[in-house]
Amino acid sequence: MNIIETENLSFVYGLGTPFEKKANDKLNIKIEEGEFVGIIGHTGSGKSTLVQMLNGLIKPTSGTVRLNGEDIWASPQDIRKVRFKVGLVFQYPEYQLFEETVEKDIAFGPGNMGLSEAEIKDRVRSAARFAGLKDELLQKSPFDLSGGEKRRAAIAGVIAMDPDVLILDEPTAGLDPAGRDVLLAQIRQYHKERKNTVLLVSHSMEDIARTADRILVMNKGRAAMFDDTKAVFSRGEELEKMGLRVPQVTKIMSRLQNMGYNLPSGILTVEQAANELQALFDKNNF
Amino acid sequence: MLKDVTLGQFLPGDSPVHRLDPRAKILLLIAVIVFIFITGNYASLALVAVFVFAVILSTKISLKMYLKSMKMILFIVLFTGLINLFYGRGEPIFELGFIKITEAGINNAIFVSIRIALLILASSVLTFTTSPTDLTDAIERLLKPLTVFHIKVHEVAMMMTIALRFVPTLLEETDKIMSAQKARGADMDSGNLIKRVKALIPVLIPLFVSAFRRAIDLATAMECRCYRGGNGRTRMKTLHYGKIDLCASIICLLLLTGVILCNIFLPATVR
Repeated sequence: MNIIETENLSFVYGLGTPFEKKANDKLNIKIEEGEFVGIIGHTGSGKSTLVQMLNGLIKPTSGTVRLNGEDIWASPQDIRKVRFKVGLVFQYPEYQLFEETVEKDIAFGPGNMGLSEAEIKDRVRSAARFAGLKDELLQKSPFDLSGGEKRRAAIAGVIAMDPDVLILDEPTAGLDPAGRDVLLAQIRQYHKERKNTVLLVSHSMEDIARTADRILVMNKGRAAMFDDTKAVFSRGEELEKMGLRVPQVTKIMSRLQNMGYNLPSGILTVEQAANELQALFDKNNF
Repeated sequence: MLKDVTLGQFLPGDSPVHRLDPRAKILLLIAVIVFIFITGNYASLALVAVFVFAVILSTKISLKMYLKSMKMILFIVLFTGLINLFYGRGEPIFELGFIKITEAGINNAIFVSIRIALLILASSVLTFTTSPTDLTDAIERLLKPLTVFHIKVHEVAMMMTIALRFVPTLLEETDKIMSAQKARGADMDSGNLIKRVKALIPVLIPLFVSAFRRAIDLATAMECRCYRGGNGRTRMKTLHYGKIDLCASIICLLLLTGVILCNIFLPATVR
């Protein structure tokens, strides 16, 4: 079952002015329920516009977005319901925090959904847990948290709406390496437990390689590739032409392969590479 | 929605008006505004109107932009025109209850409407053709004599520059925060006034926080580059009063002569 389906989806900025610019051009994408999709693309390739169209924040110039088979703009007055089902975490989401306490801020989304007090409390607790926020932080002011904690609080604010599809736009940007690893692990854990669909926009090929089942490659407003992670990263030269690259470790391994070492192709993480190299060493008694 | 604000927007170009010294432009704008208000009859008003339209055409900016800036104050123009319609002295030519319309009233209404419209158009020429930095530079220079009264002209000008520079940034930021809160289900487009004002809180608080953050960052950055106010500060680009500015001044002087001649030799329609 396709949870999200787009048909000839296009968006033009500044329609009818001299500054007209096509951000998305006739996108036809199908995303299955429960998938973890990575979205990569050069700056200005139309990733952010695409994800904002998927949850109805911007209305497509032409084409349709279908959520569970239904056009999301069929009744524009109900567009908020779509936003509850497709949760979008913006880039640098910590700048949207505004409440007195972290708990109240996380409760903003569920509160807008019109849930009961008890239900909201429940949701806040579990969202905070998924985002890795400690309980004692919930009563603090969001402005007293550290950068990483603020980021988690903001992500929890979206998770608390319990969306069917969670879209994260560069969630790890500006975090230190340790914070980044932990956050990614938490997103993976969330995906595994809730079994819902996750879309991750990122500039870090390493992050995408580690998490995504499939990758959508955007280039100049079009979907240049949409395939399994391994298949996409085996087309390194094409990616480089679009201003992207494959993970460093994938590049090293394919170099070694070209030098004549007997290694499998499509190695995406350092752990995989280490295992394969160890096996190679053992076999040849280096 | 927020990007449709044209009043006070700078539109880069390469027309004679763009090349004028910003100080000259400000002074000439003030002069033209004075001319607009000393016109006493339709002939002199037409003269100034023709001049303003000639200047508008010479800026090579599409008339659409000027119309857009007019649209925002159209209500004020019509409202003041309407009010003036009822305040003419003399013989009424139309009477209905307490409403009396006189010939002087009609003339007043037309005059006031055209004057305000010309005023806005002329000011638009200045803001459309002058970059905000040039503008504040010019204001700083023009206000320099006030330093005698211990007014910190440079600091005031610097604050104006910074404020202007951050308008687009903060607009963009507002847009972003609004989107983020809408993504969390914030409802900003429906409900009564109180509900709508309340709906703005999730936007305003993050906006203020980030404005303060930006201000602190900017202050640090300025101090890192040893900014310490206007004392002994020199400029990379100095303003020059050149030939083209002299030409513009002469044209305006001719316009003034025309307006005065019209006022003297033709009967006055408004006082």
